[in-house]
Amino acid sequence: MKHILQYLPYIFSAITLCGSAQTTIKGKVTDHKKKPLRFANVFIKDSYDGTNTDSLGNYSFVASDTGKADLVFSLTGYEDFLIPLVLDGKEKIVNVPLLESATSLQEVVITAGSIEASDEKKSTVLKPLDIVTTAGAQGDIVGALKTLPGAQQVGESEGLFVRGGTNAETKTIIDGMVVNNFFYSSVPDIAQRARFSPFLFKGTVFSTGGYSSLYGQALSSVLVLETQDLPGRSSATAGISPLFASGGYSHLFRNQKASMGFDASYTNLTAYFAIIKQRPEWVDVPQSGGGSYNFRIKTSETGIIKFYSTYSWNHLSLNRLNIDSTNGYRNFFSLTNSNFYSILTFKEKIGKWVLNLGTSYSNNLDKISLDTNKIKSQNILAQGRVVVSRELPKRIMLRIGGEFFRFEDASSYNQYARNMQDNYSAGFAEADIKIKRVFVMRLGGRIDNSSLIGRYKISDRVSLAAKAGKHGSASFAYGNYYQKPENNYLWTNRSLDFEQCTHLILNYQYVTDSITLRTEVYYKNYNNFVRQVPVLNAQNYLPNTSLIPDTFNGGNGYARGLDVFYRDKKTFKGVDYWVSYTFLDTKRMYKDYPEKVRPTFAASHTASLVLKKFWVRRMFGAGLTYSYATGRPYYNPNNPVFLGDRTIDYHALGLNANLIRKIGKSNTVFVLAITNAIGNKQIFGYRYSKDGSRREEIGPTAARSIFLGMFMSFGIDRSKEVINNN
Amino acid sequence: MKKVTLLMTVFVLSLSLSAQGKKFVAGMKKNLAALDSVKKNEQYQAVANDFERIANAEKKEWLPNYYAGFCYIMLAFESPADKIDSYCDKADAFLRKADSLSPKNSEIFVLKSMAASARIGVNPMARGMQYGMESGIAIEKAISYDAKNPRAYLQKGTSAFYTPEMYGGGAKVAKPQFEKSVEAFKTFKPASEIHPNWGKARAEALLKQSEEK
Repeated sequence: MKHILQYLPYIFSAITLCGSAQTTIKGKVTDHKKKPLRFANVFIKDSYDGTNTDSLGNYSFVASDTGKADLVFSLTGYEDFLIPLVLDGKEKIVNVPLLESATSLQEVVITAGSIEASDEKKSTVLKPLDIVTTAGAQGDIVGALKTLPGAQQVGESEGLFVRGGTNAETKTIIDGMVVNNFFYSSVPDIAQRARFSPFLFKGTVFSTGGYSSLYGQALSSVLVLETQDLPGRSSATAGISPLFASGGYSHLFRNQKASMGFDASYTNLTAYFAIIKQRPEWVDVPQSGGGSYNFRIKTSETGIIKFYSTYSWNHLSLNRLNIDSTNGYRNFFSLTNSNFYSILTFKEKIGKWVLNLGTSYSNNLDKISLDTNKIKSQNILAQGRVVVSRELPKRIMLRIGGEFFRFEDASSYNQYARNMQDNYSAGFAEADIKIKRVFVMRLGGRIDNSSLIGRYKISDRVSLAAKAGKHGSASFAYGNYYQKPENNYLWTNRSLDFEQCTHLILNYQYVTDSITLRTEVYYKNYNNFVRQVPVLNAQNYLPNTSLIPDTFNGGNGYARGLDVFYRDKKTFKGVDYWVSYTFLDTKRMYKDYPEKVRPTFAASHTASLVLKKFWVRRMFGAGLTYSYATGRPYYNPNNPVFLGDRTIDYHALGLNANLIRKIGKSNTVFVLAITNAIGNKQIFGYRYSKDGSRREEIGPTAARSIFLGMFMSFGIDRSKEVINNN
Repeated sequence: MKKVTLLMTVFVLSLSLSAQGKKFVAGMKKNLAALDSVKKNEQYQAVANDFERIANAEKKEWLPNYYAGFCYIMLAFESPADKIDSYCDKADAFLRKADSLSPKNSEIFVLKSMAASARIGVNPMARGMQYGMESGIAIEKAISYDAKNPRAYLQKGTSAFYTPEMYGGGAKVAKPQFEKSVEAFKTFKPASEIHPNWGKARAEALLKQSEEK
């Protein structure tokens, strides 16, 4: 007992030590504009002590601990703030301004040149679903992108013609890897669709210029697509229409860390062509078939492996009027294509580094018959890519990487065969330097080397962006871009140099939750375009000359213009619409052009209106797309002015409707889509006879196209999975 | 001597430990009373903060994280579209913490399902599919972890109730879930006075509503 008593003072002092040295902490919490913030949480880390701020931003509480402590301020929508202090019984007054966090007040991002569709990022102009639900696009990724400013309404060739650039100047990139044959193989005067379904992708960035050093080999534009991650659950899908049938199954494994899926489809337009009158004289109606397989494995919280592989086959043939023949002779054209594409990527966070690895392989074979001549063309592309990125102190984001491409091209014309290989490599580095979240600068460089032409190029790129008010931002981009000449020139001349383009872009963007306004002015300067000699004078200009001409890098050109995009989801209740307008002034001297003129694929004015409405209660949606473009130049041998003629203006009204119904256990979507609903006359250009006495219009294959389909999706619940597994 | 010192230390420690335990329960009770008396939606933020502070001090307790998550979900449901995600991000962070402290807990998965449902509100057209699925998976897990949890059926019924009929929702589909929930509430006893014990009145009200439709 005595002993205990002896120790009592010790106990008491210990208790007092814990309990009595109380420190009052008070102050005011505001935002950076000194506006008081209510309901901010103010507390001592790892203790109970703390309080909330009142409506004037004031707080006051008593901390019972002593010694060193961290005082934490937190509020949703603002960044946490931590102040170390010493609790010594003396009153502390701590006034704190909180910084709005990136999620509520958008951090400044570089928007010059790029239009993004994503569900994850909020500042995007489009959502992935928009790509599928845009009328007139007929479910084609590129169809929807053509309603955005910068792209031309070119109906006779596939691909994206961006800001005075040809379709060859736009590259498509899937998960960082260049895709060689993104579209179905070309058929003369008939634009082809993209091979890839829009549902494969969760994010799309359509860059109309000034893009990052991570991408090369494109003079005008890149379309960057990011594939889906793991699906939410297992499901089966089926699509049925008079045109095609498709089916697929995607399985999410029970540990929810891996998935696999496959699908197959077959398209045959026989029934369709029987109803819708066609302009071309088809011999074999287009048919195609294919399948794909994929797996995705989550290797950790931050790591994922994705694999996708697809094979497709298609065949068609038609007779084309020989315009030089006086007795109506027709040329036979037949195309059989087989295409294999496969991509494997791995992404993981290792310490502070994020590692992206990728490899892909594609093999495309076109067998073409022109009358009795047989043409075979094979393109193989194997590539590997490594990118590492990390955040350095002071808000600097660093990306470094390299890529290697092996191109193997082989072609034959009857008994004549030729082939060429290119080992193409590139290295790049880029840093984003952020200053106070209102200003960002991106500096990048890239080096490209082609073994085929034995040359390398260094390109420099700079962009800047600054916030202008709460919703506005202004960006600037400058960059040099290089592209290897197209294969058809390299076959005969391997001493050609890279073609070059310089971009200058100024952008202003105003984005709220319901309204997006985006305006951009740009200037592009082209150099080193491949030209052909002898360059014939205007009277003797022959497109598709069969001579093997000499080629040299003597061409040049420019493009300048204005892009405007306005999207509004609020003004008309339940109606979402966007308007885009493009002004383009461009001239170029390239290929066999005898002088510098506006090229055939460039209209001065292009505009689109896209309107969508969805009735949630009826689960019914309808959409409208109206596109307009002024006439484009075409070659008329009777006109002494080269490309001096203009086609009639282009008008197209697309309509679509979709109805969602629960049928049995499936979600079923019925889709009806019509292009050129009014049946406006569309002329993309003319083909002239050599003597200029006869001509034929180049236009769409039918006055209008109609698509009717039904897509079913079955979610598979886990009980079934268990049954299937046993 | 040494023994006594040791004893004393143990005594002081246990005193402070039980004091800590009492402080925890008292703090939780006070906050739960505040939660019950929330009248204006914005007050959920204050209560969320109060729970966050307890979570901050009691690193091994899942309940303060659970209730902080709950408050943020309530905030999300009543917010304009542009604020929903930031509240749900907060809620999910607390729920992840709760889940790591108490794995396979039916109550936590009920909230996970609710948070996913709340996110649909940002853009029902674009998000319905993804977050609807996520919500459905979480609620099925909640039921598999505790088939007697009345709140699991309440949430399953609620999300069906607010899903359009075309998508397989509607009052008819929801009603049996509300019935199950009301039934489960009859025998439900919370593990302690600070364990989840909400939703009975709501289940009864929604059952009535689904019968009227």
